[in-house]
Amino acid sequence: MAEFTLPANSKIGTGETYKAPGGAKNIKTFKIYRWTPDDGKNPSIDTYEVDMDTCGPMVLDALIKIKNEIDSSLTFRRSCREGVCGSCAMNIDGTNTLACTMYISDVKGDIKIYPLPHMPVVRDLVPDLTVPYAQLSTIEPWIKTTTQPPTRERLQSPEERAKLDGLWECILCFCCSTACPSYWWNGERYLGPAILLQAYRWLADSRDEAKGERLDQLEDPFRLYRCHTIMNCTKTCPKHLNPAKAIAEIKKMMVERTI
Amino acid sequence: MSVANRPVHRPLSPHLQVYKWQLTSVMSLLHRATGIALSVGALYLVLWVVFASASPSTYAKFQAFNISILGRFVLGGWLFSAFYHLCNGIRHLFWDMGYGFEIKDAYRSGWIVVAVSLAATVVSWIVGLRLA
Repeated sequence: MAEFTLPANSKIGTGETYKAPGGAKNIKTFKIYRWTPDDGKNPSIDTYEVDMDTCGPMVLDALIKIKNEIDSSLTFRRSCREGVCGSCAMNIDGTNTLACTMYISDVKGDIKIYPLPHMPVVRDLVPDLTVPYAQLSTIEPWIKTTTQPPTRERLQSPEERAKLDGLWECILCFCCSTACPSYWWNGERYLGPAILLQAYRWLADSRDEAKGERLDQLEDPFRLYRCHTIMNCTKTCPKHLNPAKAIAEIKKMMVERTI
Repeated sequence: MSVANRPVHRPLSPHLQVYKWQLTSVMSLLHRATGIALSVGALYLVLWVVFASASPSTYAKFQAFNISILGRFVLGGWLFSAFYHLCNGIRHLFWDMGYGFEIKDAYRSGWIVVAVSLAATVVSWIVGLRLA
């Protein structure tokens, strides 16, 4: 049963405020979710005033500046800083996106930053992604064949290859899955948009020979059919992919194979 | 026990509390809510028939409720639920066929559903009053 409120240990209190240095004229305020396993306290929101005249344009630039210059205990994942690795996925200004490709100037007023929604928190903005990764392994995201391997690569026509566009670009940042209310309420059993898009990536691959087996594995009231086309996934995808459409294509395949 | 080995009760990150509502998510919620309203409304229809079959005086009581502010709200809400659920259901049928998944299309179809179901509610309310 869906729990719409936060458990007692997850209720958010108010935290510290870090004022901008005197003389700073161009100030932006960041309100950031903080939690550490070390002190036994509930999560809180810390407020940081950042001098924009000495800060880069992206939200990730501000986070790195805060960590370098204001509060070194602020914890978040980041790596490529160009929207390719998916590490800095978080909830910024109410929707999930990558901190590295999100402009600070696109947010009016204070910038509120939370970890990806409805996930166990490891620390601050770092969510525990164990469950989605385990779910990814269940769809066996690799090519499966039964025929004898050819002496060279398995060929694909340009048209067949084009069917994978919009699927292979997924960086597994889990912005979509953690934006999905269905995944919030049934995340242990529903695979969620990110994993289902991956599942479709292999179903749509002309070289893969395990279509029936893959569909059997997904034919389940929870794994696939908890998708109710809420569309939060597609709306939030920082790579502008369409998980909702991919899920619909899987549902169509399910019907098509029975007729 | 060392700090490293202490069991950790991790908090759950906020979800509904912080996630921005989207037209699409609100409409999805409303689809379910109107579905429930229609189920309850079906019982109301049965009640209507039961009162009508009892006696003219009991039916008059039921009619008195229908005309009251609360009664009009219930009937209006049920009417809107019926049209909204119908229109959005048709939208879902298109999605089931694989159409209308681009965000701009989903928004366009969403606003059409909202506009058509509101208009149909008002028009059928007026027509209903004219016929009465």
